[in-house]
Amino acid sequence: MLYFLGRRILSALSVVLVTLVATFALFFIAPTDPAAAICGERNCPQQRYEEIKKGLGLDQPKVKQFADYLEGLAVGRTYINGGVERECKAPCLGYSFKNDRPVLEMLGNRVPVTVSLVAGAAIIMLTVGVTIGSMAAKRRGTAGDRVLVTSTLVISSIPYYIVALMIALYLTIFYPILPRGSWTPPTDNIGKWVAGLVTPWLVLGLVNMTQYVRYSRGSMVETLNEDFIRTARAKGLSDRVVTYKHALRSGLIPVITIFGLDVAGMLAGAIFTERIFDLPGLGNLVLESLVNFDLPVIMGTVLVSSIFLVTANVIVDIVYSLIDPRVRLS
Amino acid sequence: MTTPAPEDRKDTMAESAAEQPAAPADAKRGPSVATRERRSGLMNPSGETPYLVVEDLTVKFPTADGVVSAVNGLSYSVPLGRTLSIVGESGSGKSVSSMAVMGLHDRKRTQITGSIRLGGDELVGMPESDLMKVRGDAMAMVFQDPQSSLHPLYTVGNQISEAYRVHHKVSKDVAKKRSLEMLDLVGIPNPIRRFKQYPHEFSGGMRQRAMIAMGLVNDPKLIIADEPTTALDVTVQAQILDLLNNLQKEFGSAIVLITHDLGVVAEMADDVLVMYAGRCVEYGTATDVLANPRMPYTWGLLESIPTVSAASEKLRPIKGLPPSLLNLPSGCSFNPRCPYKDRVKGERCTTELPELLPVDGAGAHTSRCHLHDKASIYEAEVLPRLG
Amino acid sequence: MSDTVRPIDQSAARGETLLRVRDLKMHFPIKESVGLRRTKKVVQAVDGVTFDLKAGQSLGLVGESGCGKSTTGRMITRLLTPTSGEINFKGTDIARLKERDLRPFRRQLQIVFQDPYSSLNPRQTVSNIISTPLRVHNLVKKGNELGRVQELLERVGLNPEHHNRYPNEFSGGQRQRIGIARALAVEPEVIIADEPVSALDVSIQAQVMNLLEDLRRDLGIAFVFIAHDLGVVRHFCDEVAVMYLGKIVEQGPREQIYGAPQHPYTQALLSAAPDLGTIRGVPPKERIRLVGDVPSPIDPPSGCRFRTRCWKAEDICATLEPKLEGKPQSAPGHAAACHFAEPKVDLVAEIA
Repeated sequence: MLYFLGRRILSALSVVLVTLVATFALFFIAPTDPAAAICGERNCPQQRYEEIKKGLGLDQPKVKQFADYLEGLAVGRTYINGGVERECKAPCLGYSFKNDRPVLEMLGNRVPVTVSLVAGAAIIMLTVGVTIGSMAAKRRGTAGDRVLVTSTLVISSIPYYIVALMIALYLTIFYPILPRGSWTPPTDNIGKWVAGLVTPWLVLGLVNMTQYVRYSRGSMVETLNEDFIRTARAKGLSDRVVTYKHALRSGLIPVITIFGLDVAGMLAGAIFTERIFDLPGLGNLVLESLVNFDLPVIMGTVLVSSIFLVTANVIVDIVYSLIDPRVRLS
Repeated sequence: MTTPAPEDRKDTMAESAAEQPAAPADAKRGPSVATRERRSGLMNPSGETPYLVVEDLTVKFPTADGVVSAVNGLSYSVPLGRTLSIVGESGSGKSVSSMAVMGLHDRKRTQITGSIRLGGDELVGMPESDLMKVRGDAMAMVFQDPQSSLHPLYTVGNQISEAYRVHHKVSKDVAKKRSLEMLDLVGIPNPIRRFKQYPHEFSGGMRQRAMIAMGLVNDPKLIIADEPTTALDVTVQAQILDLLNNLQKEFGSAIVLITHDLGVVAEMADDVLVMYAGRCVEYGTATDVLANPRMPYTWGLLESIPTVSAASEKLRPIKGLPPSLLNLPSGCSFNPRCPYKDRVKGERCTTELPELLPVDGAGAHTSRCHLHDKASIYEAEVLPRLG
Repeated sequence: MSDTVRPIDQSAARGETLLRVRDLKMHFPIKESVGLRRTKKVVQAVDGVTFDLKAGQSLGLVGESGCGKSTTGRMITRLLTPTSGEINFKGTDIARLKERDLRPFRRQLQIVFQDPYSSLNPRQTVSNIISTPLRVHNLVKKGNELGRVQELLERVGLNPEHHNRYPNEFSGGQRQRIGIARALAVEPEVIIADEPVSALDVSIQAQVMNLLEDLRRDLGIAFVFIAHDLGVVRHFCDEVAVMYLGKIVEQGPREQIYGAPQHPYTQALLSAAPDLGTIRGVPPKERIRLVGDVPSPIDPPSGCRFRTRCWKAEDICATLEPKLEGKPQSAPGHAAACHFAEPKVDLVAEIA
């Protein structure tokens, strides 16, 4: 276990590092000029442009810039802008080019929103998806099974943003059955937190749930044909216990792999949902920072997303070893 | 003698199954009493009162290609304390028939007719909720491959306790105590440690012992063992067969042992039923069937097995392949592969399904074959070749 | 000769040693980690196997799962590269030959696998499956391939007109025949048959056994016949080697191994084999039942590997590994690796 964690953390760090390098490189390959964007593209005096560039540290060689960034992450760094010194403690993610706020603080405001959104949606997605999938598997071959499978196919073949947009328009604005999306920190008012998130939870959760119906149905159908299921029935267990105790535990294993990656992916970019329901989450931040060539913010979001992904992978492996005694973490 | 064709028989049997205590009046319109009794499976080679009675069991699977007749008019019975071995090759219906006895077939895709009585209770048509109470309690099953038949994600102890708690309202501790007893009984050393282990931590032989412990935890009166040693090594197989024998002596259960291995049959069985293409073709005591067989298919099986005791020069395989269950040959199902069919006058083998009749006119050893000089053919031709 | 398949070059007359295997070993390394440390262990799958195979001979390798019989077969055909030891085929040691130099030998040493379902490519026609080795080894002129394929199909008892079918259109026994035809295509001198009939039904098993027997007789092919079924081995092999935990524990002519086995393990194996003879004749006087399971090949017992399950074991067995050698009372060619070897008769039922 120790050996496993040590090795996984090392490999996780290298993945994060490579992602950062790649993002950094991509940013400069693209025709981006943050200084010009800040100065105002039309009539920016050369001198002012140079000053801004210097202030942002963009006049340094690229490698130096990246090294400084890493140094900031590891031990912190000092920014000098217009004669003012600012201490940025580790982990220092720098300051936004756009509004000069510390990136760490910006992320700190955004991450809880996205995590709240994704956590709720993920619970719906997994529980509802797996329950319906298992029910379909138990009744495989019947009309009910076919209706379920077909309807999930239909829903998931419509682009997600259309479904989300329609629901937002019709159910929260034209016919306000569901509350509109909004963000209140749960520490302020838990009721408002729930009310503002319930619609996005349902939309994101239920639409993604359709895939889980199919994954878990497939996996469960396979498991239900296993010899040990026959053994369970031979013991005199009821169909319900056989399906939801014996089959589900094995059937869940492949579903969990996908689930881990899906959740990490959603954390990194629930862009449509946040945009449509007007939630100030990570996805929105990514969008804004891209439009503004705001390199420190872009780097910050990429860093957070890659940490989510890597962590999700480790968690999936640990959950695996908890479900399946044959899997040993080594 | 009026011997109804199998299709007609289904109706008569359905009727007799419905009117359980057969009224004497029935005997007049039905077949003779002797035939009836034999068919009803009440008579079995030992003559003892049977615990399991299977009567005219038919199992069909409708498929896209047509109806598969997996089991056709099968009747047998097993008294307590006796072992019946059902022998046959793949597709003979030996496993399907036992799954039907356990009620483990897929109810939606299987048609079952006939009667299965366990200690007097009719299992065919019994609601699933009642059948559940019998399954694992009065009758238990031991499967072929203990590797895949035990749940890989639960401890062995958990699985055995669960089997006990399904049928007994007891606390976890009581169930655990019982499971430890069972592990000890089937010869698993260090039960307390083994109880907490997972199947993958067991060796093949130990897994099969655990499987048997699980099957026996509720003291079943009927044990169905489906190829219980096929996946095991020879020395381990011997251990498991000894174990089953000893447990039977101790608890007096009825055992149905399904196997393709005639060696295992010789070591284990009191009675033997040979199946071919879904039908019983020979039925009798082990000595009857293995030492005095009266059916060309049984002869063929005996002649094709290389044994450790006889190094016969050349094996004599049964030519050809078993028939498709979608499209059985007319007459005797074995006729396309039978080397003796020319000796039956006329076209009887290809046109008329032989009845399962006593080989010597009376008695419990029956076979399904039109040959009339079966005994002399066996003595004069087959036996010398067996060496 | 009316036979459709050419017999092998007669210079390899019966009696000449084709294959000399000396001290063959296969150790698979495995990694295990305990806490932060990582240890390397070795599975001694085969540990010092020595035997000779003469032209036209049939040598049986018997033993239970994990005894190394299949691994040995795979090393001889060089599907595995041995850790050490010698595989001398007609004067050349092929144990460490590179793939390119191995090619001519691959032709002469063929293998038939146990599972007729997974060992044939389901997307290739039978004709393709059989003719690929013909092309690889340039054994047939272009245009003659089909003729040769049909000849081979007929030889193994299949309808030559079925050459265009796919493996899934055949039954298990028929597929095993296709596997045999594929091996025969290159006119091998040795066939390693790895449990060739254990996946088949009894009646079909006998058909395939007889086919192998015919091939051996008509074409003079030598066989290394790997099986767990003692009856099958007795029927097919004139020489038998019994393996336990990676080593040969007893070897000798069939009559000796079955009639007067000397090693306790061989005796236990024979005694455990369920036998029809028990009902049709005189049951054996004595029954030997081993307790426990085969120990792990990762950390095999010291000295004699069988000692942990042996009823004869004494102190010497733990310290001194017994050599596989003929005992004073042994028949020629009969050797056992046991400090207390003594022949036992009456282990197998006598048929009246």
